[in-house]
Order: sequence, then C-alpha cells, then structure tokens
Amino acid sequence: MSEPISALNHASYDGIARIEECGLQGMITLRGDLSDKVLAKAVKDATGQAVPGQRAAFVDGDTGVCWMSTDELLVLVPYAEVEAKLAAMTNALGGTHALAVNVSDARAVFRISGAHAREVLGKLAPVDLSAEAFQPGQIRRSRLAQVAGAFWLDDEQTLRVVCFRSAADYVFKLLKIAAQPGSEVGVY
Amino acid sequence: MSTRLAKQGRLIDRTKQVTFTFNGTSMQGYQGDTLASALLANDQMMMGRSFKYHRPRGVVASGAEEPNALVGLGQGNRFEPNQRATTTELFNGLTSVSQNHWPNLEFDIGAVNTALARFLPAGFYYKTFIHPKPFWKHVYEPFIRQSAGLGKAPDKDSRDADTYEHFYHFTDVLVIGGGVAGLQAAKAAAQSGAKVMLIEQTAHWGGRAPVDGGTIDGAPVDKFVEQLVSELETMGNVTLRNRCMGAGVYDHGYVLGYERLTDHTPGVQGPRHRLWRIRAKQVVTATGAIERPLSFAGNDVPGVMLASAMRDYVVNWGVTPGERVIVATNNDDAYRTAITLKQAGVDVLRVVDARDSAGPLAEEARQLGIRVDPGKAIAKVKGGKRVKKVALCNQEGIGGAREEVECDAVAMSGGWSPVVHMWSHCGGKLIWDEANAHFRPDPERPPLGANGEGFVIAAGSSNGPLALGEVLADADAAGKAAAKAAGCKAKRTKAPLGETTAEAPMAAVWLMPANADIQLRMKSWLDFQNDVKVSDVQLAAREGYESVEHTKRYTTLGMATDQGKLSNINGLAILADALDKDIPKVGTTTFRPPYTPISLASIGGEARGEVFQPIRQTPMHNWHDQNGADWEPVGHWRRTYAYVRPGESVHDAVNREVKNTRENLGLLDASTLGKLIVKGPDAGKFLDMMYTNMMSTLKVGKCRYGLMCSENGFLIDDGVVARIDEDTWLCHTTTGGAERIHGHMEEWLQTEWWDWKVYVANVTEQYAQVAVVGPNARKVLEKLGGGMDLSKEALPFMEWRDGQIGDFDCRVYRISFSGELSYEIAVPASQGQAFWDALMEAGREFGVMPYGTECLHILRAEKGFIMIGDETDGTVIPQDLGLHWALSKKKEDYLGKRAHLRSHMADPERWKLVGLETVDGSVLPDGAYAVGEGINANGQRNMIGRVTSTYYSANLGKGIAMGLIKHGPDRMGEIVEFPGTDGKTYKAKIVDPIFYDKDGEKQNV
Amino acid sequence: MLILNCPYCGVDAEETELAAGGEAHLKRFGPGSSDDEFHDYLFMRENPKGVHFERWRHANGCGKWFHAARCTQTLEVFGTYSAQTSEPPQAIKDAISARRPGWTWRDLS
Repeated sequence: MSEPISALNHASYDGIARIEECGLQGMITLRGDLSDKVLAKAVKDATGQAVPGQRAAFVDGDTGVCWMSTDELLVLVPYAEVEAKLAAMTNALGGTHALAVNVSDARAVFRISGAHAREVLGKLAPVDLSAEAFQPGQIRRSRLAQVAGAFWLDDEQTLRVVCFRSAADYVFKLLKIAAQPGSEVGVY
Repeated sequence: MSTRLAKQGRLIDRTKQVTFTFNGTSMQGYQGDTLASALLANDQMMMGRSFKYHRPRGVVASGAEEPNALVGLGQGNRFEPNQRATTTELFNGLTSVSQNHWPNLEFDIGAVNTALARFLPAGFYYKTFIHPKPFWKHVYEPFIRQSAGLGKAPDKDSRDADTYEHFYHFTDVLVIGGGVAGLQAAKAAAQSGAKVMLIEQTAHWGGRAPVDGGTIDGAPVDKFVEQLVSELETMGNVTLRNRCMGAGVYDHGYVLGYERLTDHTPGVQGPRHRLWRIRAKQVVTATGAIERPLSFAGNDVPGVMLASAMRDYVVNWGVTPGERVIVATNNDDAYRTAITLKQAGVDVLRVVDARDSAGPLAEEARQLGIRVDPGKAIAKVKGGKRVKKVALCNQEGIGGAREEVECDAVAMSGGWSPVVHMWSHCGGKLIWDEANAHFRPDPERPPLGANGEGFVIAAGSSNGPLALGEVLADADAAGKAAAKAAGCKAKRTKAPLGETTAEAPMAAVWLMPANADIQLRMKSWLDFQNDVKVSDVQLAAREGYESVEHTKRYTTLGMATDQGKLSNINGLAILADALDKDIPKVGTTTFRPPYTPISLASIGGEARGEVFQPIRQTPMHNWHDQNGADWEPVGHWRRTYAYVRPGESVHDAVNREVKNTRENLGLLDASTLGKLIVKGPDAGKFLDMMYTNMMSTLKVGKCRYGLMCSENGFLIDDGVVARIDEDTWLCHTTTGGAERIHGHMEEWLQTEWWDWKVYVANVTEQYAQVAVVGPNARKVLEKLGGGMDLSKEALPFMEWRDGQIGDFDCRVYRISFSGELSYEIAVPASQGQAFWDALMEAGREFGVMPYGTECLHILRAEKGFIMIGDETDGTVIPQDLGLHWALSKKKEDYLGKRAHLRSHMADPERWKLVGLETVDGSVLPDGAYAVGEGINANGQRNMIGRVTSTYYSANLGKGIAMGLIKHGPDRMGEIVEFPGTDGKTYKAKIVDPIFYDKDGEKQNV
Repeated sequence: MLILNCPYCGVDAEETELAAGGEAHLKRFGPGSSDDEFHDYLFMRENPKGVHFERWRHANGCGKWFHAARCTQTLEVFGTYSAQTSEPPQAIKDAISARRPGWTWRDLS
C-alpha cells in the first residue's frame, strides 16, 4: 500500500479563526437498528462509546461516534485502524440486519479554531450556533453554503466539520472567505 | 444659497475636515456629514436631473426616502450608480458624479424633454410607438433603449473588487429601527430575558426624535438615547447593529438585514456588506414615519425640500438649505422647522398654512417674529435650477390673486406616513387613519407565522402615533408584547414619559391650491424620480385606470428606485379624488422587499468567483490540471474533456486519444461514477423494483448492466450492478446521478416499502476508479504484479474480483464502455493518485495515454452504446432505444412497468434509435432535427426525428451519429435530411447504431 | 421561507435544508391497475387553498423523508409526522381541527 493522502493534505489558513484540513480520519457509516444490543456492543468495542441519542456526538480526538439519523451512526476511529475495526464490526453484526462501510476516503475533515470559530461557520450554515443552542456533545448535519456538511464542537472554540472529499477544495475556500481578516461579526 | 452654519450640527465633527469630489470639483465637508449635507454646505443645490424630463433636481429629503439626489459613487471596479446622497456617509477621497444629463449637469441636451412635457404625458409611449409597425424595431426600440436606464451602468470590464457575506442569526425578538421607539421596544423586550436584536439603517441611534425636540423623563431626548443605548450595550441578551437596514420580512419570521460594513471606510479590511439572514420569533417594526411633500406647481425645483429634512440639515449637520425660507404646511409639525431655522439665524419669511388655524407651535413661531399666513397656499415656485421666488394664493380656489415673494428655499410638509413596509411585506394589512390622513398597520390583521399567530408588531410612529409621549408608550407595549409572544415573561415596568408641545389636527391637503388649474397641476410633482405629476394620475383615471395597481403601471407612479416612499399616498389621494372614491377604497399598491435597493452582491454573499458554485474534484484532479486537461463540467464535477498537448488543438487531442485507446492503451478517471451499496435481506427484491431488469438473480462475483426508469416509465439512469455477496449489491450510477439515484432509492425505501429490510450507502467518493482500456490493458496490469489473475478464464467479461495490483488493494470490474478489453479498477481515494501514477509509469512501454470524456463518448458511440442525457432527455423510454432485452418479462412489477403499457408509450409512431451516417462523411450538427414531408399547423416543416449524439470518429475516418427517427429501425438505408442552423441541409443515411466491432470481439479477449 | 420541524432529528429546519416532495399519502398503482387509476396516481393532485398534506425531505440534514400538514394560504404549520404511514395520525388531525374546524382533504376530515 502506498502512503494515503487526504484531500487537501493538511492545508491550513489563519484569519479570524484558524482553518485546518485535519488529514485522514477513519470513518465508518453504520446503519442499523440503533436500539439493538448487538449493534451497541459493536459500537462500544470499536470506540469505547455508547450509542448516542438524537443529534449527540461522543467524540474524543480521532475516536468516537456521532448520531447521523434514526438508523445511522458515524463511527470515528484512527485511520490506520479502520479496516480492522470495520472487519470486527462486520463480524459482530453478522447475524443482524445492518450495514457497515468504510467511508474514510469519501470525506474531508476540517478544524475551525479560535474565538470566532462559531461565527465563521455561522456565515455558511443556516444553523443557530450560539452557545445557548449548540454545545460540545452535539452534532448537526446541515449545509455549508451549497454542499452538505456535518459539524460538532470539540470544545467551546473548536469546531470540526465533515464534508465530502470531492467538495474539500470548495469548503476550504468557503472557510477561508468566511474567516477573512476584518470579518468578525461579534455576536458570539 | 445653501451654506454651513456657524453653529449646530450634532452629528458632525468640525475638527475633522473631509475632502471629496462632485463632478470632478474638489469640495470640503466634515466627518459625520452625508454626501447630501456636504453638497448643501458647498451650495451644490442641484444634484441631478430627473429621469424623463431631465429637470434640474436637488435633494428633497434627508434619509432613505430620497428620490432625487442619486449619484454615481466611486470609480473603476468600485463604481456604483444610483446611490442616494442622503444615506452616503462622507469619507476622505469620496468621488461622486451626478446622473441623467449630457453633456453636463448645468447644460443638458435632454432637458428639451421638459419643454416637450405637455406632449409626453402618462401613457405617451404606449400610445405613440404603435404605428407604423416596422418603426418599432428600427426607430422606436433603439430610441427607447437609448433613453432607458437610470444612471450609468458600471464599465463592462470592471469587476466588483469587494467581498460580501451572509450571516445566519436567530433571535427571540428582532426590532427593526433604532429610533427612540425601537430602542425602548428593545429594552422592554430585553428586560424579559428574551434574546433581542436591534437593527438601525443609519449610523446613529435615536432616529429623528433628537431633532424634533421635547423631553423624556424630564431630560433632553439626546441624553435619553445615549443612556438607553449604553444600557442596552451592557445587556448580554441584546445585539445592536447600526448601518444595518431591515430589508424584508418574509414567512415564518425570516428577516433580511443589510449591513453596510465598509461603505463609509473604504480600504478597511473585511467584507463590504453582510446580509443577515435572521430568524425571529417576533418582529417589532419601529421604522418611523416619512414626511409627505405637498403637491404644488414647481414643488420639484431645487431648494424645495421636506420641512423635516430641512430641520435635519440644520440640527444634524449645521447646514441651511437657504437663507430666506418659506414654509408651507397642512400640519403643526412644520412649525418646528420654522422655529429651528429662525433660531439658527435663518430668515423665515412666512409660514403658509393651508388650515385656518394652528396649535401652540404656531404661536411660538409668531412670538419669534415669524409671519404665519393661515388658509394660504403656494400657487407656484419659480426658478429653474434653484428657487427664486414663490407665488402665494388662497388654499381654496384655483390659484388666482397671487402674491409673489422672493426666497431661496421652500420647506413643505404634507403630513406624515408611517413606514409600514416591514409590516406589509409578509401580508400585514393596513387601515386608514382619518385624523392623520395616513395608512397604518391594522393590529387585528398582522402577518401570520408558522403557528398561525401574528409575528410582527408595529411600534411607535410606524404604528400611527406621532407625538413623542404616545410613541414611547406604544413602543414599550410593543416590546413587552413581543417578548410575551416569544415565550418570555415581560417585566412590569413603566414606559418613559415623553413630552412635547401639543399639536392641532392636520388637514388632508393633497393639492395646493385645492382647485389648482391644469397649468399648475401639470407642474405639480407626485413621483419626483419618475416624473409623475398630478395631471398624469388624473389622466390615468379619465382613461379608465381605476385600479391603483393599473394606475401605478400606466403612470409609473411609485415605480422608481425609491418605490414611492415619499408621495405614493399623495398619488393615491389624487386618484381617489379623480375617481370620486374614498382613499381606503382605492387602497395601496403592494409593498415588496427590499425596503431600499440592496447590493446584488450581498444577496450572492460568498457565492462568487471561485466559490460561485461547488466544483467537485476527483483524487486525480490536480494531475489532470497539470497535464493539459481541457475541463468539462458534468453536474458539479469537473472532468477532463481531453488532455491537450502543447501545439495540439482540443480536436487533435481527442482524435489522438480515440485512436490510441483502440490501438494501445488508455486510462480514464472514472471516479465520478456513482457507487451505491445496497444491502439487506430484501435488497434483491428492492433492486428488482428499481431496475427494469432482474438483479436478484445476479450471481456473486458477476456484473450486469441495468436500466432505471421513473414511475412514469422514462429512463432516468443506467449503470453496471455488481453482486458483492449474498445480501449486498454495488450499483454504479452515471456521473451526475449518484446523489439523485441515492435519493431515489431512499425515497422508495422510506416512503413506500418501509418494511423492507434494505440499507443503502453512497460510497461514490470512497474510491478512485480508473478505467484501463485497450488491447494492452491486461499487459500493463500484469506488469504491475500483485498476484491477481486477470486472465480471460479467471476474470471473464462482466465479472469482478477483489485483489491486489502492484501495492494496491483494489476491486477490479471487467466491464467495458468502449468495446475494448477493459478493466475498471477501484482503489481507496487516498491512494488514487499513486495508483494513477503507477499505471502511467508501467504503461509507458505499452503506449499509455490518459483520455477524456470526449474520447469516452466517441468510443461508446462507435459501439452504439447509449448515454443518459444524450440519447435520453426525460421523454425517452427503453423501447425507443432498442433496449427491450433489458426489460424483464418475468418480473411482475418494477418502476416504469405499468407506465410502459400506456397507449402513448406503446405507440408505433414513437421515434426510435438508429445510427446515422452522412452521405459525404461530414459530422451532423448536434441536436439537428430531421424533416419529413409536409408542414404543420404553424407552417413549419414536419419533424420526424433528431440527432442525439454526433462525433467525428478518427478510427472510422468519418462522422458518426445516433438519432431518434420515426419508424427508424424500419427505414435502414434511407436518406434523411437535417437542416442545420448554418443554412445547410445535411443528408444522412439511416444505419445500424453499432459502427465498430459489431460482434464485440475486442472486449471479450 | 418555511421552517419545518424534522420529526426524525428534531431540528427546526429552514427551507434551504429541505427538499419538497409534493402531495402526501398517494396510493401507488402498479401493474394490474386500470388506465384511469394509474393516470390519477401519476398526475392528479389536490390543489387546496387551506389544509394540505405534503412530503418533505430533510435533504441537507438527516436525509429522512417526513410528512407535513400545513395551510397553503397562511403557511401555518399544523404539524409534521412520520413518513411511514399512509394517513395522518389522529394527533395531527386533531391539531388541524383545533385551528380549522370543519376542514376536509380528499376523504379525510
């Protein structure tokens, strides 16, 4: 196997917030009955986390699990471990009706950090990103200008944003414009 | 003359001089000036010319309602026409030019129109430019185009140099308008704990109350405003924005705020405008009121101004528009202007009051030595480029027995109209207020929100009350009501006490004098920007335009960039009078957003330049870009059309790729093809419904080409399906189809067959997919090694295997869209570029060349393979394309099956797919129609088919094409005619659509 | 611009996150149906001024289809509910009755 390369190979930008492409992140789309115990155990074994409830995200670094829909989770594992974790998961789910697929290479991940991180995203997503409405531990799927995206807060000043790999260049350019110097909004 | 006063000017900083230019002349102003106040300070009374008659015009208002003082601002990439001088904050280096004149503002050829005004009444164009008919195209239209358009469009080569952005904001209560009413409403709402946003279009808080005077809780209004603003600034639940205009109120509490960030500080980093996309549970409109002009002859001469505006110029900017002023009014408020002017040392010659008696303010004016003339009117203002004198008469009567008074400015006041735009945008209704002669919001009929309850509350003078005390009480109540409606508990606090001099009732005076003769009415302006006069509206009424919306369009009343903010009501009143109806019966025209024009770029936001729309890139995108890719957009994807080498034309490159792929080895980046995983115990059953052919019987390890139809029976997609294991299939879609078909599958699973056990996942972008095509395809893969057996026996045509090629884990599909020996190989996207590099390197000795989409198209066309989007257009069914073999007869049901039984679908007259070969070997024009015998009802030749794909085939050395032709398959060998748009008629023979390797031997080696 | 609550992810989604899917509760007619039945299924739609039932998808969100009951005249939303049902639940019908007594839609009331 040759060295895998993420969509933008760790590109970064400093404006009113810092924008970084995070590199490769192991990701598994898991579809199934989220109340199923076998599925819960498979998730626990892969990530150490319980199955999240509606719009919850249990993420610690590059490991975790996010609620994507009533029958879909996004499982995060270190990139190097994704094939092994997927195989274990598929094996564990053998008897149940579920679908687990590796989507690590189908995505790009960005980090927006700094005091204005929420504002930068608030220019692109039609979502209430105020602290009253959005907190670490939650995930939101929405749009980033004209493409689909999902995001959560790692902490008060750090957002992680996931989009399709093919849109990585577009999203990075969007984030750079939204973080351009002098564009502080000053509401959060 | 208009001049700067020694004192006054609460908004200017006299220690900071600002230099700017107007029509190339350098002028001085102060920081805090608007362009309008600075021009007045420089005695630049005339600021432009009107649109239709090119009459000299000066500034008439002091705010957003200004119809006359429109200028071109900035230069080069930052030039913008039609900017209101009254809302343009002055800055060092500002450049402005006046509009609608040639060769210059002072001497304008177009002003001849004003002499012809009597021949250019409302409807002139409609009536005149009808006959003779040929004149329209060659005389009238060019003439009208020449004179159309307000201001000058920016140079066609200029590009907006600024950036713009959106911001999504969510609040409990949004207050629009930062006058005393808005400030008080915001405070009342915020005290409940509600999240409040307050936006104000100007740079200053407090609105016009500090100019109008009075006290609040015993203190001057300025003081009250200052305290209230600092109080709001300390409240964590309040967001304050000035220079941010409420542009429109829309369904479900959606409001657009237009923030002008750097218009007043050019050169500062950051976006120029920000469009706030606000969702508010409740909206309070505290948008104030706008003074109306009076209609008298010559009310458009530079120097005639709204009384309130004149007061603003004195108090806010220390500028007086004249030295000898006459005030004309139908209400008490205008006396404030007379008093203000007098106290500033300006000679107020008299107040002409259409009423017989006035209130205490008139008394105050008299005591200052101002002459007050009750029952009087202005018959006519004289002067061309500025006011010279005024002819006075009795208000009752036709305007005889005039007295002439020399003066240089006229202040007029026709009463006040609440700014009801924000209330009305989303359906709020109005009622007529007889006492104040204006329309105001009807609280019983507000705009309705998602819960069916009202979500807009009007506050302060935008709700009707005009006196300070009532305004504050109303605003306080509105703020509390909004907080309550937003789910918060309002605090029981007392509204501040506002006190001003009491006012006597106004009189509804729509024309001065009341029975002005036609000569006067023809010079009495209603719409200053579009040059609509009292006589025009009356003419419209006489000609039968009874509906206010029709009159508007016939006369263009209120259709200018100011949308009739100033005097639409005057026009309605004139119309009502002409129709002998009550004003409420005539009604208003519709208020539509935006409140004032906003920049188009702010609406676009970030979506311009390289992020105008998403451009999707494959993992090998940069390589293609560096290797001569001529790009083709396919959906949002960019695919390589051809790899053009130095010295080659695109056409040359395509021909080279076409020959090389058939003769040696070609590589295609096929990563964009959709890949959907469909898994579950019911997946086979589900795919049998999705595809017209049978997918449940496909064996593990094998591939099958499938067609998808909509429920209407029309082809929507195609692609190769591979069975991965017992309950898993991988479905390839077209490049543009991945998201659409994924959505299509989810739709049927979620909304029709929700009890079927199937999951779908879109893994399109997980893989980089490369088609390795040509006689040397196997050789290059075998050279790379990895241990996979790629022989005909181990991996036959239409099968797939997982394995390793070189260092790469991959899935290899033995499928072909070219008719050549072909492997489509999927590797993880993160290794796509490395895999491509390895293939290019290993393929060198086998004559490898990458090829683009045009080559792909030609190769498939040579083989007669259809392409979704070329051979199909949403009206084509599989039967039209000779794809009967892909329609399962065994299946009871699939999407489209029932539709194919409909009579039109089974009609033998449908156009059917054939190959087309020009008689002379040339290339048929794309999309050309085939013509048959006879003509249709429109006198056009009957059409019997069309070209769907057409190319030059370098392999065959001639043009080849496919098309849909009536009875086509039964007409093999016949010649059909295709008239081209180039005037030539192309002749082509109907042939079999497979031009190359009819038996398919090359792909099966 | 509408806001609808997605009953699957609980988000109050604005219209730019949503995709409209036309009239709700169509009964599918396939092979074996008459020409008239199939024609009506494909093309005939309610066009009410007032209470209406529609399909929406939270396209830029959780991806789920759902149903919405709303008034086409005032844009009042009576409620949103699961896509996995062939007619509106009683709670939705009650919510409509509370706001629009005497409403009817197809054979519902």
